[in-house]
Amino acid sequence: MSSFPWLTTLILLPLLGALALWSLPSGARRFAREIALAFALVELVLTGFAVAAFDTANAGTVQLTETHSWIAAFGVSYAVGVNGVGLVLIAMSAVLVPLVVLAAWHEQGSATAVSNQLRRYLPLVLLLQAFIVAVFAARDLFFFYLVFEAMLIPVYFMIGGFGGARRRYAAVKFLLYSLAGGLIMLIGVIVLYLHGPGGADGFLIDRLTGISLDPTVEKWLFISFFIAFAIKAPMFPVHTWLPDAAEQAPAGTSTLLVGVLDKVGTFGMLTLCLPLFPNASRWAAPVVIVLAVVSILYGALLAIGQQDMFRLVAYTSVSHFGFIVLGIFAFTSTSISGSSFYMVNHGFSTGALFLLVGFLAARRGSARIDAFGGLQRVVPVLAGLFLVVGLSSLALPGLSPFVSEFLVLVGSFATQPAAAIVAAFGVVLAALYILWLYQRAFTGPVTAGLETLPDASARERWVVGSLVAVMLVLGFVPGPALNLVRPPAQVTINQVGVTDAPAVAEGSAK
Amino acid sequence: MIAAFTAPHVAWSAIAPVVIVLGAGVLGVLVEAFVPSRFRRSVQVALAIIAPAAALVAVAALWSGVKSTGGTSVLGGSVLVDGPTLVAWLLIAALGLMSVLLAADRTEGGEDAFAPSVAAVPGSAYEEQARSTGQVQTEIYPLMLFAMGGMMVFPAAGDLLTLFVALEVLSLPLYLLAGTARRRRLLSQEASIKYFLLGAFASAVFLFGIALIYGYAGSIRFADITAATAIPGQLDSLLLVGLLFLLVGILFKTGAVPFHLWTPDVYQGAPTPITAFMAACTKVAAFVALLRVVYAVFPAMHWDISPILWIVAIATMLVGTVAALVQNDVKRLLAYSSIAHAGFILTGVIALHQRGIAAVLVYLLAYGVATVGAFGIVYLVREKSADGSVVGEATALSQWAGLGKQHPVLAVTFTLFLLSFAGIPLTAGFIGKFATFSAAVAGGAWPLALIGVLASAAAAFFYVRIIVLMFFTGEHDGAEAAEAGEPSEAPAAAAVADEGYGVAVAERTATATAVERTTTTVVVRAEGFAVVAIALCAIVTVAVGLFPTPVLNLIGDVAKFLP
Repeated sequence: MSSFPWLTTLILLPLLGALALWSLPSGARRFAREIALAFALVELVLTGFAVAAFDTANAGTVQLTETHSWIAAFGVSYAVGVNGVGLVLIAMSAVLVPLVVLAAWHEQGSATAVSNQLRRYLPLVLLLQAFIVAVFAARDLFFFYLVFEAMLIPVYFMIGGFGGARRRYAAVKFLLYSLAGGLIMLIGVIVLYLHGPGGADGFLIDRLTGISLDPTVEKWLFISFFIAFAIKAPMFPVHTWLPDAAEQAPAGTSTLLVGVLDKVGTFGMLTLCLPLFPNASRWAAPVVIVLAVVSILYGALLAIGQQDMFRLVAYTSVSHFGFIVLGIFAFTSTSISGSSFYMVNHGFSTGALFLLVGFLAARRGSARIDAFGGLQRVVPVLAGLFLVVGLSSLALPGLSPFVSEFLVLVGSFATQPAAAIVAAFGVVLAALYILWLYQRAFTGPVTAGLETLPDASARERWVVGSLVAVMLVLGFVPGPALNLVRPPAQVTINQVGVTDAPAVAEGSAK
Repeated sequence: MIAAFTAPHVAWSAIAPVVIVLGAGVLGVLVEAFVPSRFRRSVQVALAIIAPAAALVAVAALWSGVKSTGGTSVLGGSVLVDGPTLVAWLLIAALGLMSVLLAADRTEGGEDAFAPSVAAVPGSAYEEQARSTGQVQTEIYPLMLFAMGGMMVFPAAGDLLTLFVALEVLSLPLYLLAGTARRRRLLSQEASIKYFLLGAFASAVFLFGIALIYGYAGSIRFADITAATAIPGQLDSLLLVGLLFLLVGILFKTGAVPFHLWTPDVYQGAPTPITAFMAACTKVAAFVALLRVVYAVFPAMHWDISPILWIVAIATMLVGTVAALVQNDVKRLLAYSSIAHAGFILTGVIALHQRGIAAVLVYLLAYGVATVGAFGIVYLVREKSADGSVVGEATALSQWAGLGKQHPVLAVTFTLFLLSFAGIPLTAGFIGKFATFSAAVAGGAWPLALIGVLASAAAAFFYVRIIVLMFFTGEHDGAEAAEAGEPSEAPAAAAVADEGYGVAVAERTATATAVERTTTTVVVRAEGFAVVAIALCAIVTVAVGLFPTPVLNLIGDVAKFLP
C-alpha cells in the first residue's frame, strides 16, 4: 500500500481520460459525457484510497512521496508528495470535477445530444484536473513551476473557446497576467537554485528549505514568488483579471478556476514562500496583512455593487482570499490551519455558487441580477439551494465556512488584533452582498417572463446538493479535516521561526 | 633546385561532414551540366537529401572521438573540430536536410516555391514561356548545399581568413536564393538585392576588423591571437576596434539590433523554404562562431566588449518584441520574433560562464526545429482565387482566421511551434530559455535575464494572437480580429459556434481578394516531403520538452572549446 504510486496515478488518470476523449472513434462520440464522468468518478474513488493510505497521525509530514531524477543536468527531479493540506486540496478538486462534468451536461448546445463544443470542452476539464493534482503534489520546485505555467493552457482554451461575448479579451488578459507573474517567479526559481546546494536534485523543495540566504537576496526572492502567487490568488491590486474571466467563462470553468486553481496561489504562499523564505516572510508580513485586509473590504464592497452575478461571485472570492492570506501571514497555528481549511471550504462554497448562477443564467440567457426577480415562487428548490449556499458564503454557523472563518479571525486576533477587527467587518459586508443578491433575485414580485422557468432538475439537485451535504458535514464535524491541516500548520510555524500564540486566552484560575 | 614538395597532411575523416556536403554541391553543379533535363530535378533532390544525411552519419561517427579527446585541429589549424563544432554540424545538417525537404516539395499544383527561370524579367514574355514549357531552376539544390558547407566551416574556423571565406561561401548562395521566389518576384528580387548590399557591407567591415586584428597580433591563427591578447601591449586600440568590427560582421548574420534591418524584408521576400533555411541554419552557424570568438579567442577582452554586448542584447530583445507586436504579415512577424530570439541567445553568450556554451547550443536546437516547422506550415497555407487556382501563400494574418476549425491538425502543430517560441513549459523552447537564462544568472547578468523574461511575456502576446486567430475567430471576423492591438469582440458565443463549422466559401466576402486556404492534405496527396519535415520538427519539439535529459547530456558533454 505504501509504495503504490498514488499521486502519479492520480495525475495520470485524468490525463489518460483527456487523451481518450480526444481520440474517440466517431461511434463512441455520443458517450463523451459519460466517459468523462466515469473518469472523474474513478479519480474520486482513487483519491479516497489515497486518503486512506495517508497516515493522519503524521499529517504534518510529507507522505505518499515518489522521487525520480528527471533532468539531472538542471537538477530537476520528478518529485511528488503531500502533507495534510495538499491532500485535502486534492480531495476537494476530486469532488468538484465530477460535479462540474455533471453540471455541464446540457450546456454548450448539448440540450439533446452531446455537441461538438462540449466534446472539446470535457477533455480540457480532465487535463486541468491532472495539472491540479500535480501542482498540489509537487515537491520539486522546477516541476511545480512547470505545472504552474502549463496549467494556464487548458484554462486559456476553456475561457477563450467556450465563453461569452468578450471571452477572447478575458482569456488573453488571464493568460498574460498569469504568464507575467510566472515569468517573474522563474527568475526567482533560477536564482534560488543557484544559491542552493545544487547538484542533480538541487530543485527538491526539501533541499532548498533551510538554506541560509543573504537577507536582501531572500527578500527579492520572496517578492518574485509572492507576485506570482498574489496574481494567482488573486489579491488586491492584481485581481482585475478574475472578474472578467469569471464573467466570460462557462460556469464550470469558473468553478474550477476560482474553486481550485486560485488555491494554487495561496497554497504556494503556504508551502513555498513561508518555508523557503522565513525571514523575508516575517519582514513582509505587515504589508501583506494590510493588502489582505484591503482585499477583504475592497472585494466585498465591489461585490455589493455588481450587476452581473458571475462578477459578483468573483469579487466575493477576492474578499475570501483576503481572509486566507490574512490567516497565513498572521503566523499562528490556529490561523494557518484555519486558512488551509478555508481553502477547502471556499472551493465547495464558491464552486456551488458558480454552478447555481450557471444554472440560472442558462435558464434566463443572462446573468444580470435585474433580469431576475421573485424566483423563490417559481423555482423554490433552486432558491432554497441558493440561499443555503449563499449563507455558507457568509459563514453561517453549521456550515463549514464558518469554522474556517472563525479560526482565521480568532487566530489572527492573537497576533494582529487590529487587522482581525477590521477583517471582521468583511463578514458584515458578506452578509450584505449575499442577502441583497438573494432579495433582488429571489424575493419580491416575479419578473415578467420568468413564470415558466423550470425548477432544478434531478441532476442539478444532485450536483449542488452534494456540495451542500459536504458543507453541512464538515460544518458539524470538522474534526477529521482539521486533524489533517493542523499538524502542517505547526510545522510551518516552526519553519517560519515564530512562537505560536495560544488559540484562546487562558481562563483565569478561579 | 626546387625542393621536393611535401603535401600537407589532411585529416579527411575529421572534416568528412563538410567534405561530403561541399562535394555534393560540386557534384550538383556537374549534374546541372551533364544530366538530361528530364532527370535533373530528381537527381538534384536525391543528392541534396543524401548529402546532409550522410553528413549526419559522419558527425555521429566522429562524436565519441571528439568527446574523449576534446577535439582536433585540422588543416594546419585552419579548422578546429571540437565539441561545439560537432554540435553545429549536427544542427546545420539536420535543419538543412529538413529545409531541403521543404524546398523539394511541389505540393498539390505540382509547383514548388521557386521561379521557373530566376533570370527572367518579371512580367516578361520569356518568364511566361519558361513557366509554360515547365522549366525548373534546379540550381537551387547545389546552392543550398554550398551554403550549408559554408555554414559548417564558419563555426569551425581556426583562423580569421577561413572565417571570412566561410562567411562568404555561406552568404553568396543565400543572396541568390533569396531572389528565387516563384510569386511576388519583385519583392523577392528586392529582398535579394537588399541582402546582398547590406551583407557585402557587413563583410567588408568584417574584413577590416580582420585586418586590424592581424595588425595587432601579427597572425591570423586564433591560437596566436589569443596568446597575443594575453600580453597587454601598445596596440590595444587596434585590437579593440578590430574586435568590434569582427563582432559587427557576425552580429549582422545573427540579426541583432542595430544590424537587423535586412531580416524582415529578406525573410518576407525569400521563398519560404529558403527563409526556413536561413532563419535556422545561419543563426546556428553565426552564434557558434560568435561563441568561439567571445569565449575561446578573446577571453581577455571580456571586460571590454561586455558593455557593447549588453546593449546589443537588450536592444535586440526589445526591438524584436515590440516590432513583432504590430505586424500583420505572418512571415514578417516570425522574422521579428527571430530577432527577439537572437537577443535571448545573446544573453546566454554574454553570460561568459561555462554553462553558456551548452545553453546556447540547446536554445539553437529548440529554436531551429520550431523555426523550420513554423515556416514549413506557412509554406502550406495558400490562397485560392475565385476560379479555384492556387495563387500563392496566404501570409496576411487575417487570412489565418478560423484555420483551427477547418484544419485542426495543422493549426495544432503551428500552435505547438508558437508555444515553443513563447517558452511555454513542456516544449523544447522552454528548456532552451531556462538553460539560457540560468546561464545568464549564473554569470551575474541577472538584469539581462529579467529583461529576457519580461520580453518573453510580451512576446507571448503576439504568439497568442495567432492562436486566438486560428481557434477562436470565425473566418468572417478575421479582418478586424487580426488588427494589431486589441482583439475585437466577437458576436455572441452561439452565433460564432455555429459559424465555425462548415462555412461555405461563397458566403465569405470579408477581404478584398476572395481568399480561401488549401492545406496539408494538399501536400500529402502530392509528395509528402514537407509533411515529413514538419512532423519531425514537431516530434523533436515535444520530445526535447518532455525528456530533455538525453539531449542535455549529449550537448553538455562536448560543450568545451579547443583552446
